[in-house]
Amino acid sequence: MPKEIYAKAESFYVDFERKTGPDKISTHYCPGCGHGNLHKMIAETLDEFGVRDKTIFVWPVGCSVFGYYYFHTGNVQVAHGRAPAVATGIKRAHPDSIVLVYQGDGDLAGIGGNEILQAANRGENITVFFVNNAIYGMTGGQMAPTTLPGMKTTTTPLGRTRENEGLPIRVVELLSALEAPTYLERVSLTDAKQMNRARRAVRKAIQAQVEGKGFTLVEALAPCPTGWKIAPTDSRDWIHEQMEPLFPLGAKKDVLEHVESIPGEPRPFVADGMGEKLDILASSVTQARKGTLKEEDYANPRIKVAGFGGQGILLLGVAFSECGMQAGYEVSWLPSYGPEMRGGTANCHVRISDPKIGSPMVEESDVLIAMNRPSLEKFEPDVRPGGLLLLDSSLIDIEPQRDDVTILKIPATKIADDIGTTKCANMVMMGAYIERTGILDLESVIEALPSYIKRKKTIPMNQQAIAKGAEYVREHF
Amino acid sequence: MAKQLLKGNDAVVKGAILAGCRAYYGYPITPASEIAEAAALYFPRVGGTFLQAESEIGAINMVYGASSAGIRSMTASSSPGISLKMEGVSYLVGAELPCVIVDIVRGGPGLGNIAPEQGDYFQIVKGGGHGNYRVPVLAPNSVQEMCDLTMLGFEIADRYRTPVFIMADGFTGQMMEPCEFPEPREDVPDKPWAVGPDASRIDNLVSSIYLDPDDLEGHVEKLRKKAEEIETNETRFEEYRLDDAEHVVIGYGIVSRILKSAVDMAREQGIKVGLLRPISLFPFPKAPIRKLAERVRDFLVVELSTGQMVEDVRLTLEGARPVRFYGRTGGNVPKDSELFEQIRKLQEEKIHA
Repeated sequence: MPKEIYAKAESFYVDFERKTGPDKISTHYCPGCGHGNLHKMIAETLDEFGVRDKTIFVWPVGCSVFGYYYFHTGNVQVAHGRAPAVATGIKRAHPDSIVLVYQGDGDLAGIGGNEILQAANRGENITVFFVNNAIYGMTGGQMAPTTLPGMKTTTTPLGRTRENEGLPIRVVELLSALEAPTYLERVSLTDAKQMNRARRAVRKAIQAQVEGKGFTLVEALAPCPTGWKIAPTDSRDWIHEQMEPLFPLGAKKDVLEHVESIPGEPRPFVADGMGEKLDILASSVTQARKGTLKEEDYANPRIKVAGFGGQGILLLGVAFSECGMQAGYEVSWLPSYGPEMRGGTANCHVRISDPKIGSPMVEESDVLIAMNRPSLEKFEPDVRPGGLLLLDSSLIDIEPQRDDVTILKIPATKIADDIGTTKCANMVMMGAYIERTGILDLESVIEALPSYIKRKKTIPMNQQAIAKGAEYVREHF
Repeated sequence: MAKQLLKGNDAVVKGAILAGCRAYYGYPITPASEIAEAAALYFPRVGGTFLQAESEIGAINMVYGASSAGIRSMTASSSPGISLKMEGVSYLVGAELPCVIVDIVRGGPGLGNIAPEQGDYFQIVKGGGHGNYRVPVLAPNSVQEMCDLTMLGFEIADRYRTPVFIMADGFTGQMMEPCEFPEPREDVPDKPWAVGPDASRIDNLVSSIYLDPDDLEGHVEKLRKKAEEIETNETRFEEYRLDDAEHVVIGYGIVSRILKSAVDMAREQGIKVGLLRPISLFPFPKAPIRKLAERVRDFLVVELSTGQMVEDVRLTLEGARPVRFYGRTGGNVPKDSELFEQIRKLQEEKIHA
């Protein structure tokens, strides 16, 4: 007889050096266990397709967690149930690898139920071998999601009941309801006929990945004589008689012939063009410049901007910060967030400063820009004596209470309406504040506008709004 | 690269990509979602992977896979999501897999709220997952540091083959400040231990199983030595106005920014106070604190928690100096005047003493 028939597959190690104990020849599996058969079918298929060198196995918890003792491939041992997620991370890093996932019934159908469902639904280009022996083998014979009704295990000492534990999960039927998987078949590791079918299914599933044809899974009904507490010789009949009626054999889904083949390509590391790709290139737009402060007291302002949502409150704060940064100031911007959001107003804290900025929070403000009545009521008390209060007099129908701050009433919304859109009232306020304080150069702020307002169509109106706000302050105060 | 005004959460993503990270796996949660959103935009642009995972557990295990495959990878979340990731963190540590995990800490326990807190200190700095381990934790307090420390995180992660945490808070994630981006890494370190699609890697095994007690003890000892090495080499802190200080305030993250303002206010009143800010929470800056204890009167620790880091300060000082604590929780962030008041109390105690 030709020697190669009996030779061990090259995808296996010759000696199992990683295995604990003195015996480095035989596997750790019990007599009559199904894992050995399935391992052999997989190893021989990897040999046949010549893909051993690029195969990576993912082994979660179960008796087969030690699969890496035997397979001379890349091996990754992972947490209970998480193999499909780990495999996703591996396959996407190396689309040109062959990623095989090997899971037991507790692992796949119990603790890892969501991971398998979602990986299947994404159509990950991986192959899953699901060993269903209706019991937890590794931990000593507890109930699995696939344990049969009435079956006694260490955690169902009186037998599994529909009332307490429910009925077994049929995995391939469940997954076949999804669109993405391309091949789902249940086989049984029993007699020669079924073994041949199993071998074909294993081959087909791996071939699908070699050809880049999406998510495939083979469920193998496998004997666990130790867990079942029956003789190995009886376990084959047990599968035929007890398991197969509940877990019908055959392909539950097979669309491989109709699926486009997209073999995975390597993903080289690319680091060029980062400035452009990450939007961090230097801007070609004119930059805002510092102005001439009209009073020393206007230096290093702590500004609070407040109004209701939709008035562009946060954007006004960002515009101040952006221009401040361009002009060479230290700046910070903090949006209303967390408890600050209570009370129905949007607000942000802005600091523009020569020295480095400590807290970005503005507690006592040098400047309050109030765009509606609740904001005025809420934040007026926090303005420092001698500070500046700008309010939108088109919308605020009450008088401020303070007599120790400078109050500038700007009909910002009306000016904005006259320009053509209420939405630029925020920029009217920006112009007013800059004109009053001289903290920034007005012309440069207007020219720099495309750097902080991205919607091209609105640029001319917003530029006009800044100019009009400034003009109003020049004429009225 | 230009100076750019952007949110801390966005700076994390750009920094990560500049550091050579090419895989992001995450799950949305406030106030960390901007990180996933920016990652969804930028990772595909640079030929990387972005995937919104089915869960935090899925995400951290996808990172485990990407890291096993030898590429730089990351995930980010906020407190409840980090709790879920902790299983994966233990496995990452056990299998010695490098990655960066960002926690934009929010209020807890339970659902808590979405406002800033620092209640995750114990969870992240002291463990969180099962088993004996320590992971480096970096605590940025500015947008620039959200970028810089994320980048540094990848270097430390690869250098020691360990997950690295970036522990920030909602404010640091949400606020905008200028950030200067460095040049990108042109390549990333080769990882000969990683699995991959070529013959040279078929003997590679990524695993955290050590069945034999002696083997596991050896492995745990290796991890312990690694943590010791990290303590020696990677301790980071900032000192502010400590030269002639009689009182020391200690705070990290956003608290340190407010403390700076409070220290300035106190200095104006003639109170000799300075700030020590831990930048690395593990390793904790024990040496500078012990050194300060030789010449200062007392310490005030401020946290957005009921007192977690303060335990490390007390362990470090071993009773050598009094340690006061001031904490706010629930998302309430103390004002600079509030912290100034706490510093003033230290001064009063001194006068009465």
